Amino acid sequence: MTKTRNGGAGVENASAPSTWLVAPALILFLVFAIIPLAVALGLSFTSWDGLTAPVFNGVANWIRKLGDPVTYNALWLSFQVIIFSWIVQTPISLLIGVFTAGKQRYRAVLSALYFLPLILSSAAIAIAFKALLDPNYGLGQSLGIPLLSQDWLGNPHLVLYVVIFVIAWQFIPFHSLLYQAGARQIPPSLYEAAQLDGAGRVRQFFSITVPQLKNTIVTSSTLMVVGSLTYFDIVYVLTQGGPGYATRLLPLDMYLTGFTASDLGGASVLAVLLVVIGLLLALALTKFSGFNRMNSQQEGA
Amino acid sequence: MKNSAPTRTSPRKRAVLRASVLGLVAALSVGLAACSTGPSSSSGLSAWSTTADRPYVEPSIKDWNSAHPDDQIKDNYFGTNDFKDKIRTAVSSDQAPTLVYNWGGGTLKSYVKAGLVRDLTSDLSGKTDWTQKIVPSVAQAGVVDSKTYAVPMSATAPVVLYFNKDVLKKAGVEAPQTWDELIASIPKFKAAGVAPISLGGGSKWPYLMWIEYLVDRIGGPEVFQNIVDNKPDAWSDPAVIKAGEMIRQLVDAGGFADGYASVSADTNADLALMVTGRAGMLLQGSWAYSGIKDIDPKFESDGKLGYAAFPAVDGGKGDPKSLAGNPSVYWSISAKATDAQAKKALDYITSDVWNDSYVKTMTDAGNIPPLTDAATKVKGDFATTLSDMVSEAPSFQQSWDLALSPAASAALWTQLDLLFGGTSTPKQFSDNMNKTLGK
Repeated sequence: MTKTRNGGAGVENASAPSTWLVAPALILFLVFAIIPLAVALGLSFTSWDGLTAPVFNGVANWIRKLGDPVTYNALWLSFQVIIFSWIVQTPISLLIGVFTAGKQRYRAVLSALYFLPLILSSAAIAIAFKALLDPNYGLGQSLGIPLLSQDWLGNPHLVLYVVIFVIAWQFIPFHSLLYQAGARQIPPSLYEAAQLDGAGRVRQFFSITVPQLKNTIVTSSTLMVVGSLTYFDIVYVLTQGGPGYATRLLPLDMYLTGFTASDLGGASVLAVLLVVIGLLLALALTKFSGFNRMNSQQEGA
Repeated sequence: MKNSAPTRTSPRKRAVLRASVLGLVAALSVGLAACSTGPSSSSGLSAWSTTADRPYVEPSIKDWNSAHPDDQIKDNYFGTNDFKDKIRTAVSSDQAPTLVYNWGGGTLKSYVKAGLVRDLTSDLSGKTDWTQKIVPSVAQAGVVDSKTYAVPMSATAPVVLYFNKDVLKKAGVEAPQTWDELIASIPKFKAAGVAPISLGGGSKWPYLMWIEYLVDRIGGPEVFQNIVDNKPDAWSDPAVIKAGEMIRQLVDAGGFADGYASVSADTNADLALMVTGRAGMLLQGSWAYSGIKDIDPKFESDGKLGYAAFPAVDGGKGDPKSLAGNPSVYWSISAKATDAQAKKALDYITSDVWNDSYVKTMTDAGNIPPLTDAATKVKGDFATTLSDMVSEAPSFQQSWDLALSPAASAALWTQLDLLFGGTSTPKQFSDNMNKTLGK
């Protein structure tokens, strides 16, 4: 069973779609991803303000950007966002996903509520949180809880965690949805067998649910990690990268360099860095998780 | 694509393919449209403005269009940030609007350097009736290397110190005339349980107004002029260092409302603190005035509103009557326009901009036109006082972020953020800003 599935690629299949069908997607990908990438790589060797023609200046941008502490600060911040986002979002999404996978009606109602943030745009979420976190008119003041009226977005030591929290608020529903779908795929027979063997709920969760969700965890983690690398809108609306450099993540650094400071050559260097790091992370994740081998997890089910 | 319900003869595969091809065609045609050349509209005249100036620009273009059916101007309006993004790519392309809206200063300089806007000096030499209407210090921001590339088209917006008179009375404070009085008033406000000064640090740009005025009061307008002229180490001028130290002094004394770094000026949260009596003072542009009514319609009629020029600094070289803020917004004419198009665009400017109905729309909304006879036209105490201040001001410092190059102004926002937040010292501020000179 597993063998035929794994070796399926080589088997002639009459119903397999024609290879030509890949052409539209390939052309779109080429026009909108590969070519712009090549252009950005080219621009990274030029000095360009967006108004006059780009002037070739060799590796000057690369030397300048790779010697700039702001770039390393941005990289370090993006790295922190990746790690903390994963640590915060994964357990919560896993629990909510598994919980809402149950067929009970109250769970269906709750899951509808949990997924609400999914339909809000990032900008709307950021504006709403900006208002809620306002030290003078926000949540803390209106509820009369002094603990909540901190200088959330103005304190350089707090602001990164606030940003990670808001990002988690937006993305946990999406990852819960993945886990919900994954959990519903687990055959009930596994749980029935475990129950007969006397396994409790916690034991069932760790010995059946989590291992069975392995591929979902990999998918969700890949999306989280690579997605964390490109967070822009929420952070930009919330803090514009401030105060100072406290939330100037790599994509934000790229935008501010390119479009606020009109240094499109320098911004292209950062863009290329972003692509390379994103690719390496995605490759590493699929390699080390064994996702690329697509092992069936239902052997013996 | 009607009746697109799937039947046996049109398998889903084909529908998917067709959809992808359609998508591709659409994508390509967008790409082609962006590459196509030629005039952007049939008459060839177009104007891009922001929604902020739409109230007077739109009716005036409508008037022009009904009087000149053969030379229609196609007008478009964008949000300020959208506009900045759009114009950057459009201005150097063949889609450039004939009338290019800009803030003068650094942006205009970069347009001039790239040869994107027309030199209007000789075109305007025969239009002295029109050019003489405008306050010279305001017109100055449209001049690069003593040639005129842009002319004012919008209200003038100086920055003033607003007060809540109620709060001042409660704290037993007189409106501060000097910096020392301002510093001395801080403990009195605090004793009365209110914040001395409201500041919208979350929006970053309000920080600018403090350093602009302090540098001007301490060292006069020459200090910033040296920075604009890219003189070496211009940011290390003693006046800039002193201004940085005074900002630190004010922050450390608790002059600004708690959490000021999170307060947003874009949503008028800084204004609300002053109007609702939680802070005594606010340094803001004249544009904030119209927001007061939205927060408390009776604030001005109850006599709570006070306003004055920025305090003088003892021993400073600058004239306490000098102003800072946004002198105006400007029209330039694209260098891509043909001579005939440029002539018509200039005809529109000299006949319709600053005509009676244009000025009336502006003054009715409580704004101050940058005209020499503005005092006779403005309405209300606030606009009258401010227009007197504008006409008496020996210099009108353009907002630094507009006067500087984009690279320098982007750095300035971040460096000010660090200076106010106490992460960098006045010396570090100057050192870091010196690196942006000439960029």
